[in-house]
Amino acid sequence: MSNRLKVAILGTGNIGTDLLIKVVRSRLLECRLFAGRNLASPGMLKANQLGVPVSAQSLQAIHDHRAELDLVFDATSAHDHLRHAPVLRELGLVAVDLTPAKVGKLCVPAVNLEACLEEPNVNMVSCGGQASIPIAFAIAQTNPQVEYIETISSIASRSAGPATRINLDEYLMTTEEGLQTFSRCPAVKAILNLNPAQPCVHMQTTVLAMLKEPNLPKTRMAVASVVKKIQRYVPGYQLILPPMIESNRLVVMVRVEGHGDYLPKYAGNLDIINCAAIAIAEAHAIKRGAA
Amino acid sequence: MRSQRILLTDPTLRDGSHACSHQISVHQIRRYATAAEAAGVDYLEVGHGNGLGASSLQVGLSLVPEQEMLRAAKACLKATGLSVHVMPGFATAKREITNAMEIGVDLFRVGAHCTEADLTQCHISYVRNAGKEAWGVLMMTHMASKDVLLEESKKMESYGAQGIMLMDSAGAAVPDDIRQKIGLLADKLEVPVGFHAHNNLGLGVANSLAALEVGARILDGTARGFGAGAGNAPLELIVAAMRRLGYNCRADLYKVLDAGELAEEIFSENLPVSNSITIVSGLAGVFSGFAKPVQRAAKQMGVDPRDVFVELGKRKVVGGQEDLILEVANELAARQKQAGANQHP
Repeated sequence: MSNRLKVAILGTGNIGTDLLIKVVRSRLLECRLFAGRNLASPGMLKANQLGVPVSAQSLQAIHDHRAELDLVFDATSAHDHLRHAPVLRELGLVAVDLTPAKVGKLCVPAVNLEACLEEPNVNMVSCGGQASIPIAFAIAQTNPQVEYIETISSIASRSAGPATRINLDEYLMTTEEGLQTFSRCPAVKAILNLNPAQPCVHMQTTVLAMLKEPNLPKTRMAVASVVKKIQRYVPGYQLILPPMIESNRLVVMVRVEGHGDYLPKYAGNLDIINCAAIAIAEAHAIKRGAA
Repeated sequence: MRSQRILLTDPTLRDGSHACSHQISVHQIRRYATAAEAAGVDYLEVGHGNGLGASSLQVGLSLVPEQEMLRAAKACLKATGLSVHVMPGFATAKREITNAMEIGVDLFRVGAHCTEADLTQCHISYVRNAGKEAWGVLMMTHMASKDVLLEESKKMESYGAQGIMLMDSAGAAVPDDIRQKIGLLADKLEVPVGFHAHNNLGLGVANSLAALEVGARILDGTARGFGAGAGNAPLELIVAAMRRLGYNCRADLYKVLDAGELAEEIFSENLPVSNSITIVSGLAGVFSGFAKPVQRAAKQMGVDPRDVFVELGKRKVVGGQEDLILEVANELAARQKQAGANQHP
């Protein structure tokens, strides 16, 4: 019990609260602090129920509890993380950033988990990035001449909070940067659709690519293997259309069913980025010899 | 009411992009833009069918890069303004909108699915802050009640939209729907309200006239209906009907008829027609822009395109979800194979 990695969560909105439930469930992590600004928020009430220490002092609370902590998840906003990042660094705490601030190395556990363990600050890209980048990476690894990669995510309208809705541009730019970094493809594009259908649709992500002489059997094997890797930390990640060629495009589709922790199961978009954040934190725990 | 001039917006070179799988050429743009200027439409909308930044494998790659399309059109326009369609999720403010402003686009029509108006806040205010004109566009309006549409358009108005367009993107509406929805908006909004028809059920012109009847002050029409699915309300028929009913507009009827003739000549291979697929699409309430990709996918998978539309309608897909076409066709093909196997063990 005592050698679990001690973590704090900054930000008590949907993402932070879902993350809290995942941390509480983890055998390798222990939530020592759940910090935000409003003790009456639904997230804070949930933390109280779970017996996790809470604070409305946000970053100051991290300062005050420094000695008890190893790692901090930041689920606030890009704007706030730019302010938090230097402080966390000075305090010597590992920062796992779930905002689009992109201060640290982009982290997609199925692709670069090991390389991220030495970093003081890692960024979890975006929900669409976590779903699509491993596929894009698998395509780029097995086909030398990838000219263009595009990813489209459709998410349930109700799973997109006000922060996401007010700035889709930030999502698109961050996802594109992630795609480019990991696939090394010269041209990339991200598209996001919000679907208001009831019952809510599950998150679905398509990766499309243009490439010279695609090696379909090899691509299928690489995609199947990366999907297995993702399923280890995102149980609801499913390949629904294995690589195929249609109208001269390579197409792959996945669906992400959430775990239904704090957010409903359709919110696979929120689940996948949190699962990825937990994966990197647990890897830190293992490295430090926890459990 | 009738003495008030009706604004005509002509998205022939934008919605028509869907009709020809986004293969509009610079030559076609120059010729049609010149005709539209002569016809006196208030705005000519140009670009990819789903607007700025939408040239993609998902929706279809444009033959000509969007900046080139816009420059070509701009060079032919004087009194007619240049307009673009903008969908947040495809186009970003800092990249696509800024580029379009530099080329001299006059009007940005920022659209979202009819229940998602808050997605347009950043883009509308970005355009307004730059001193350009922005309208709000609600798409697939058959999927929301008039009260929801009012609430959503009020949001757009609060972000700074200077006009609100309701699009019947699936061509699923009948005149009474339009009378109720446009009527309520025209009554309650400060800014002018407009309507954009699709002709899947053969009601494009009738719906447009119903919109005028209850106070619409903007109409979209395309030459020979050159647009997605069964096409839009043909501009030449709208202008003729408006003349018959005594509505004013800046456009000249004969020159509009000439633009129609030109469209027939230069877009002859891709002029929209009404057929069993576009009718089922309209009944199923699916985005008209899906027509071509559905036909392609159905052919590849060996399934009936009408079944694909019915299934897409059940899933309540919205514009931009073209990737689902392939998934649905694939699933129908698998089901068909299964049924075949059961019949012949």
